[in-house]
Amino acid sequence: MQIHQYDVVIVGAGGAGMRAALESSTRTRTAVISKLYPTRSHTGAAQGGMCAALANVEEDNWEWHTFDTVKGGDYLVDQDAAEVMAKEAIDAVLDLEKMGLPFNRTPEGKIDQRRFGGHTRNHGEAAVRRACYAADRTGHMILQTLYQQCVKNDVEFFNEFYVLDVLLSHDLVTGEVPDGEDVAVSGVVAYELATGEIHLFRAKSVVIATGGAGKIFKTTSNAHTLTGDGMALVYRRGVPLEDMEFFQFHPTGLAGLGILLSEAARGEGGILRNADGERFMERYAPTIKDLAPRDIVSRSIALEVREGRGAGPNKDYVLLDLTHLERAQIDAKLPDITEFARTYLGVEPYTEPIPVYPTAHYAMGGVPTTIRAEVLRSNAEVVHGLYAAGEVACVSVHGSNRLGTNSLLDINVFGKRAGIAAAEYAAGAPWVELPDDPEIGVVAELEEMRTRTDGDRVSDVRRDLQQTMDTNAQVFRTAESLQRALADIRGLQTRYRNVSVQDKGRAFNTDLLEALELGFLLDIAEVVVVGALNREESRGGHFREDFPKRDDAQYMRHTMAYRRPPGAVAPSSPVGAEAAAVVAATSRSGAEMATSRPGAATPGTFDVALGYKPVVVTRYQPMERKY
Amino acid sequence: MTATRDSAAPTPSSPEPKLGAVPSFDVTLRIRRFLPESGKDEAYWEEFTVTAYGTDRLLDALHQVKWEHDGSLSFRRSCAHGVCGSDAMRINGRNRLACKVLLKDLNPDKPITVEPIKGLPVIKDLIVDMEPFFASYREIMPFLVTNGHEPTRERLQSVAERERFDDTTKCILCAACTSSCPVFWTDGQYFGPAAIVNAHRFIFDSRDEGGSQRLEILNDKEGVWRCRTTFNCTEACPRGIEVTKAIQEVKRAMITRAI
Repeated sequence: MQIHQYDVVIVGAGGAGMRAALESSTRTRTAVISKLYPTRSHTGAAQGGMCAALANVEEDNWEWHTFDTVKGGDYLVDQDAAEVMAKEAIDAVLDLEKMGLPFNRTPEGKIDQRRFGGHTRNHGEAAVRRACYAADRTGHMILQTLYQQCVKNDVEFFNEFYVLDVLLSHDLVTGEVPDGEDVAVSGVVAYELATGEIHLFRAKSVVIATGGAGKIFKTTSNAHTLTGDGMALVYRRGVPLEDMEFFQFHPTGLAGLGILLSEAARGEGGILRNADGERFMERYAPTIKDLAPRDIVSRSIALEVREGRGAGPNKDYVLLDLTHLERAQIDAKLPDITEFARTYLGVEPYTEPIPVYPTAHYAMGGVPTTIRAEVLRSNAEVVHGLYAAGEVACVSVHGSNRLGTNSLLDINVFGKRAGIAAAEYAAGAPWVELPDDPEIGVVAELEEMRTRTDGDRVSDVRRDLQQTMDTNAQVFRTAESLQRALADIRGLQTRYRNVSVQDKGRAFNTDLLEALELGFLLDIAEVVVVGALNREESRGGHFREDFPKRDDAQYMRHTMAYRRPPGAVAPSSPVGAEAAAVVAATSRSGAEMATSRPGAATPGTFDVALGYKPVVVTRYQPMERKY
Repeated sequence: MTATRDSAAPTPSSPEPKLGAVPSFDVTLRIRRFLPESGKDEAYWEEFTVTAYGTDRLLDALHQVKWEHDGSLSFRRSCAHGVCGSDAMRINGRNRLACKVLLKDLNPDKPITVEPIKGLPVIKDLIVDMEPFFASYREIMPFLVTNGHEPTRERLQSVAERERFDDTTKCILCAACTSSCPVFWTDGQYFGPAAIVNAHRFIFDSRDEGGSQRLEILNDKEGVWRCRTTFNCTEACPRGIEVTKAIQEVKRAMITRAI
């Protein structure tokens, strides 16, 4: 084992991680640990833009942006956080430009802006041009620009290192740490892919920036590597996860493949049509039509298909029509996505409409944080020195449905905040004592997995998980479908105890790491489904057919999911009796108590204990959400 | 292209597929294996036959091998649609991203050969050591260089000025170009096309003031002058960057800016 000591350790080198690194590394001794080379991160797959009320092409202001974000999130957004994001958006874009990001330009040479779903002028009057962009590769440019700046600033990277445990001063999973107790992070344990060696990183501050968990679903725009690692690691250490039932399904994935086609296609004038050629969004969102927020468009598409108006031989997709756009406009503004259609479906977007269907895209929920990016261990208390930013985190600026472009904004605004806060905290904080043998749990889990001689294939268990999530927990959900999903997940968790890998080596053992990633996916899927079962309402990305209305009286509050021993009650604001019954009915009783270890859940060992956190409302009282 | 999808299927699994059913076909992969811990010092070829569908990419076939036949087969991948640059490899002798090659577009009558990209040390199977590649990239100062105070708002740049370097902003650092270059294969010191592409991206950016420093670096004996204009790099680029043209433009800039 190798031992390292840094003031700040950042886990993840996508947009949020690198933005944090640029702040932290100029202030204090910082290391960035990433399971990929930084430029492979999925920020690079983001396409359409990054919104900021620059008002470069028409009147706009940050207050309108805040309102759109709150309304887009179906009022589950913490409004103080949304205000921070919309205000700091302007500098976030200008920072990137000054770092060299090649934005598209207006005729005057300023940063150009275009329309995007849910972004409007004056509280919903009409679509507004707010998204700053670089063709349909804005995320690529952000990732490259941030990496370039990291090269310039000599940021220290540990590439192809997998963080497999986050070390805390207290064992929160027991549920026995009293309120008011100072809980702090002391470092992380990582696995070096090239050699199989274990590395212990001692740190005063740790920033989690590991991105999303889209691979819990079969059809997804997410990379193979988006397996919820950071969420699962802190959850297993007893830190709650917030609002995990809210998953965004992007309306326009390439049919059957899930590859993302940017909303910018509709921002540039593209139209969704059903098999009859009808522009069906006129029926669902009469004012902004195809530019309605993603949850609404995805449900509309799924409904068109369900009611028999889908296109294609199996009537299982709708069509994204760009054929009326100028070819020059397509080439200049949408070059990559039109190439995806050509490469992967053999469709020529100049002349043919593109088959599309919703694809799992973004986790609105995640590790709860304050607006300073500090990780919360309960509604009010933070884990000292632990920070999170980007998709892994839940601030919550996206509420129950994220607006397009707000993720690229989120990573820049809160990545920067996390980097500054982590460095400033480390400057004044003492070193926290490491636990005895901090690596022992990780080593045991790895060795057990590596040496197990025979068992289920990782890929079989993963495929069954993704299938049940697509079938039972996608755009439309019911108590029955979610119960099926939960039963399946619990069965798969049992099978997981018995999976084995074929590669028994130490060098680049991706077989072994895929097995560990599957453990993360199973834990995250369980939290998603338990949260979805409990939330008996429909809001944003979470649609319950058995409870099709939003229920502010009961559910205008954040879900907080804790890993706790069976029967334990979540810290603060326990669930209502009815919801508790739902959860209790799905969990095993009489199971043995266990202390926390980094490994995946075995059914019966822990429960998902649910609590609630109030939504922060500043300016906007909840209204009916119409577009 | 839609029509060729069906006709490329040599062995449909059911002779009369149902309406909308996806025809499947078998493909054989001939993969260059190297397992450093196996006791074998040499790389060797191994063949696997898998069942593929019309929209499957070579990456899907590699996954099928790994997930259903041999878990030790090792390769890098992430986004699976050609934007992250992880899975550059030599496919039927040409550098491609495994996630951008559709199996239906390859000749199904003979095995598809899959090898690691050339010119970088092979660590395991299709995984090479990328450090020398990134080291060259870092050397050409791949970041905006400016002098004086920053403006309050954005720097202005005309649409034409922005267009000037658009092509080279597309680079995803996959190394397909550099590892297709015969000069790079034989001369481990040559910066290689990708580093020059990323220098071009800044040299021709109207906002940048570090051009002369970069040109000086590239004027080195291992710099642009090593390029023999074989166009392998342009052919290999999965992003459609005119790599050779970019290198030529850097050479020309060196002369006209009189280094």
